[in-house]
Amino acid sequence: MEYVIEMLGIRKQFGSFVANDNITLQLKKGEIHALLGENGAGKSTLMNVLFGLYQPEAGEIRVNGKKVKISDPNVANDLGIGMVHQHFMLVENFTVTENIILGSEPTKKGIVNIKDAAKKVKALSEKYGLNVDPYAKIEDISVGMQQRVEIIKTLYRGAENIIFDEPTASLTPQEISELIQIMKRLIAEGKSIILITHKLQEIMEVSDRVTVIRKGQGIGTVTTSETTPNQLAELMVGRQVEFKTKKAKANPKEEILKVENLVVTDYRNIEKVKGLNLSIRSGEIVGIAGIDGNGQTELIEAITGLRKVKSGTVSLNNKNITNLKPRDITESGVGHIPQDRHKHGLVLDFPIGHNIALQTYYQSPIATAGVIDYSKISELAQKIMKEYDVRSGHGEVTPARALSGGNQQKAIIGREVDRNPDLLIAALPTRGLDVGAIEFIHQRLIEQRDKGKAVLLISFELDEVMNVSDRIAVIYDGQIIDTVNPNETTEQELGLLMAGQDRKSNNGQVKEGDE
Amino acid sequence: MSNKLTNILVPVISVILGLLVGAIVMLVSGYDPVQGYIALWEGIFGDMFTIGGTIRQITPYILAGLAVAFAFRTGLFNIGVEGQLIMGWLAAAYVGYAFELPAIIHLPLAILAAALAGALWAFIPGLLKAKLQVHEVIVTIMMNYIALHVANAVIQSISDSGEKTPMIHESASLRSTFLDTLTDYSRMHYGIVIALIMVVIMWFILEKTKRGFELKAVGFNQNASEYAGMNVKSNIILAMVISGAFAGLAGAMEALGTFGNITVQAGFTGIGFDGIAVALLGANAPFGVLLGAILFGALKFGSLNMPNVGIPVEIVSIIIALVIFFVASGYIIRVLLERLSKKKEAK
Repeated sequence: MEYVIEMLGIRKQFGSFVANDNITLQLKKGEIHALLGENGAGKSTLMNVLFGLYQPEAGEIRVNGKKVKISDPNVANDLGIGMVHQHFMLVENFTVTENIILGSEPTKKGIVNIKDAAKKVKALSEKYGLNVDPYAKIEDISVGMQQRVEIIKTLYRGAENIIFDEPTASLTPQEISELIQIMKRLIAEGKSIILITHKLQEIMEVSDRVTVIRKGQGIGTVTTSETTPNQLAELMVGRQVEFKTKKAKANPKEEILKVENLVVTDYRNIEKVKGLNLSIRSGEIVGIAGIDGNGQTELIEAITGLRKVKSGTVSLNNKNITNLKPRDITESGVGHIPQDRHKHGLVLDFPIGHNIALQTYYQSPIATAGVIDYSKISELAQKIMKEYDVRSGHGEVTPARALSGGNQQKAIIGREVDRNPDLLIAALPTRGLDVGAIEFIHQRLIEQRDKGKAVLLISFELDEVMNVSDRIAVIYDGQIIDTVNPNETTEQELGLLMAGQDRKSNNGQVKEGDE
Repeated sequence: MSNKLTNILVPVISVILGLLVGAIVMLVSGYDPVQGYIALWEGIFGDMFTIGGTIRQITPYILAGLAVAFAFRTGLFNIGVEGQLIMGWLAAAYVGYAFELPAIIHLPLAILAAALAGALWAFIPGLLKAKLQVHEVIVTIMMNYIALHVANAVIQSISDSGEKTPMIHESASLRSTFLDTLTDYSRMHYGIVIALIMVVIMWFILEKTKRGFELKAVGFNQNASEYAGMNVKSNIILAMVISGAFAGLAGAMEALGTFGNITVQAGFTGIGFDGIAVALLGANAPFGVLLGAILFGALKFGSLNMPNVGIPVEIVSIIIALVIFFVASGYIIRVLLERLSKKKEAK
């Protein structure tokens, strides 16, 4: 028996909606098996079936060759199946150890035995090189560390097969490469991994085989080394996907945004933007490349008026907009796709239609003399939802919460672009979205550029910055340390710049190959 | 089962269940539930006097419920309705007796004074919340005690007897000879009209105005509201102020309608706290609050008749609580109904 887990012909239905239909996934011992599919393709449903949260209507599950019925997550645990969820299941103000033992606390004479548990946690941490402090509080450690706690949690419970649900969604690039190392170490120790993702690059990098599902249907399983990202994308989406976004040469004209000697502090009053200079002209996309935490958030918040500027100026179309109120800045011609769409972009409990009107609800023709004509909001929402292909269950009255991430993001983009702003700020506009939605959003950004607007793109994904931007400004420690042409740079060079290396000091030598 | 049918069935079944369990309580305690419920019914709808009394009881509940519901809808928990109501009561009673004006000015002035007093009392926690992030629950609870004792002190200092303020002038009164004759001197007053208008006003503010849109948005998500250019702080303060004004009006009902003055209070009136239950019963929607207040007020007033058939007030309180408990836990009934209809489908 070479398969440790087999899911054969699984079917799961919710009412009349078929979430999984005849899906087969076979996990070999010691492999990293990727499960690939768009948002809403049925990946999570399938894994919830494996984890005992849902019961399948048809098909069977075998563990180590034996047919099993997984009636609840405890059964899954006993069978050696562990899951690292996308949204961590951790108690913020508990320590690492307390979280790990939660639900199966070891006791000594009726008292919880934290000490021995902590030792065990430490041993596991060392074995797999996880570097986790058993006594650290969850709220004090980084997202990447929290994920490792989730990994230890499964190991502590004796998991042999670990499911990773979109593990890189909220990680920084370094954390991602560290996670990949951890996965490889787990495999070396004889564990098997199912990796749920829609990021093709990760699949190519770590997985041995890939099972693709599309719209609930099992498309098949391929060996990673025998496939290409293009082929995988086609399998996943069902059509050809353009990775290299097509665009004409930029034709920049007059200066739209000018940021001079900008200094901004964060909530602790520590300077995060330290004398930054930036200029964007109409008809160009400037990408800001940088590692998270180098002042990107503070820069956007300062431009959009959400955070007070300590010194320096921000001008839009030669008009000083420094420290104006957010609404005044918006009205002077700035559109902003915020980096956290749930926190800033949407009122999740409002219908999506209200959210689409969130920047215009107070203006004519929607509002007259303080009274809102809600039929006008519906009109606007329907128009934008059609134009931007925003799909929802019940049209514009669907609560924003009920839309998928991609559709939420399309609604926000529709809202911002429809106002026809001179400057469009897009902060991590494709975070957590699948290739289809990413392609759509990139095209919209380029469309704005071609209409003669200025676009500021902030992203942690290097290929996005390189693909979409006409110029790349590298931010490091609160300053733009260099500006490069995406056609003339490499990921390696950008990586070095983002880490604070000076290009000019060693550029020549590197090209010569000595140094 | 269709959604509409469930929506009607759930509250009906809830009330029936509450009454059933209440009947069991009466049986176990050795009282006749049939007699008890007949007494309750007659206490609510028995004659013009009880109908008038029921409506009078419902009136302040509507306004207190609106006050709580308005705050809830804008993301705030106003437990201070009680205190705001007392301040409104005091203000209305004072304006009612201290001035001599034609009714057309006097009555609106007294009502306005009550609304302003309630609004002012709610402004303080609103300001503290907006500027210093002090939690409104703590501040409003404390403001209740301050209101109670400040009002008592004021009453003692301005009244001759030291116990109650002088009666308001006729020109500030909501009572009328017409209503008195119609309802057999039940103390019913025109306040119900004001309360009904306020139901519509709350609906209009929340569902129709630009400001209502902002208040709700800020209540749901301050970050997104700020991002969209709304002034979060002023919206928080305004939400509290409007909520407080509703509460103040509830006080005006007592001052200008039911009592005609304000007496030194040994403890809270309870209307403000019951307002929380009314708001929740009504799902924080203006017309829901109206229904919640009707249920609450009718039971409260009607049950006064139950001791007449020998059922002690304590048992009566338990029965009222049971009915409201079941209505509030309508979710349980909803789930049960869904299961039942599912089973039928399966068959």
